Amino acid sequence: MTPIHDQQLHPLSRRILHWVMALSILIMIGSGWRIYNASPIFDFVQFPEWATLGGDVEAALARHGDPGVASAIAWHFAAMWTLVIAYVLFLLWGIVTGHFRRDYLPVGPRTVTRDMIAALRFRLEHRLGEYNAVQKAAYWGALAAVAVMILSGIAIWKPVQTYPLELLFGGFQGARVVHFLVMAGIVFFLLIHVGLTLLVPRTLLAMVVGRATELRHTETSEKVR
Amino acid sequence: MTLARRPMLRGGLSLGALTLLAGCDLSDHDSVQRVLARFSQWNDKVQAAIFGQNRLAPTFPDAMAVKDFRYNAWYGPEKAPRLNPADYRLQLAGRIDNKRPWTIDELYALPQVSQVTRHVCVEGWSMIGKWSGTPLRTFLERIGADTTARYVGFECADGYYEGIDMPTALHPQTLMAFRLSDEILPTKYGYPFKIRIPTKLGFKNPKFVTAIYVTDQQPRGYWTDRGYNWFSGI
Repeated sequence: MTPIHDQQLHPLSRRILHWVMALSILIMIGSGWRIYNASPIFDFVQFPEWATLGGDVEAALARHGDPGVASAIAWHFAAMWTLVIAYVLFLLWGIVTGHFRRDYLPVGPRTVTRDMIAALRFRLEHRLGEYNAVQKAAYWGALAAVAVMILSGIAIWKPVQTYPLELLFGGFQGARVVHFLVMAGIVFFLLIHVGLTLLVPRTLLAMVVGRATELRHTETSEKVR
Repeated sequence: MTLARRPMLRGGLSLGALTLLAGCDLSDHDSVQRVLARFSQWNDKVQAAIFGQNRLAPTFPDAMAVKDFRYNAWYGPEKAPRLNPADYRLQLAGRIDNKRPWTIDELYALPQVSQVTRHVCVEGWSMIGKWSGTPLRTFLERIGADTTARYVGFECADGYYEGIDMPTALHPQTLMAFRLSDEILPTKYGYPFKIRIPTKLGFKNPKFVTAIYVTDQQPRGYWTDRGYNWFSGI
């Protein structure tokens, strides 16, 4: 009756990079929404002011006739640095240490479909220390989304200095639309990511303190299986 | 049980921190503003470094230029200052050899070029327009400005003030724009001229310019004083 534990380990470097990216992305979303509101791309999409980042709008208006966009932009162009630095380090670190190869691979359409169906039927169990195929695909997707955000962001920030880049997105307005839509995708990822974390809180514990274990089964129960 | 509850507690705490972040308080803290200002100054340096002195902003066919250009200011167009061409003088100051004031006729007699470029607003919208006027570089050379100085500053009749780095001032597409859509710049767009800089955000394009000065001290800007990034290149 030797107990067997599933274990999720997150080394300190991974945890730091994860949380720096998480905080940076939240700052970029909150401030991005305030900036978006200043000149909406879609008439029917406006973000509630309380959900945006950039200080007290009325105070900013009264103080200097600025609708709180100055602070939002300051946040956006500060967090872009912390995000890009953490993101690049995370990519390098994931490749060099084999984290991606070990934990994000293999992944393919067949296993993703299988696990997705299981998940939708609430039959996908989570084993600490092992990512299912949907999870792996989601992490690749999130990494790709951040890359597109950085590129479309540069195209919007520097449409003259990096001019040909915007053509990749169909022009300046196209880059704004891509930046917006991929933001929506990242928000969707975050909702699922945080939601699932709350379902299996030990994964959050692992990302905070570095380690979480769970009694998986005993040898006898293994035989029963 | 306790083990399972602790992360929930942590989750709750970080949600609380988020609300604080999204709320009004954090951004308006002096210490936070100071940190953001540091980042903004760093961004000034990065932007100056990646600015290509000979890299041209994209130009477009005449047909793409918007005729009814968007009016944008913190006051309505009816409040735009009406400068009397008989009284108007462009004042010159700072590191300039010949500081004799210029009349509108003298300015309008300068050699001119046209450009169809894109105006990009800090808010996110953009618009293509056709501007004609004298390259600021030509004017600076004509008045004997010290182009080794670091900045060029502008004072405007509507209380606006702006300033740009010398490399941008000398950029071939930086104009003293006398015309919009081939017509003398209408009052609300900045008569008698605006500084048109397709490599900068819209708010770095001052209108109703009444004074130009050359200096080594970074000029303040109306919106920069209100928290926007100083360099604001695009």
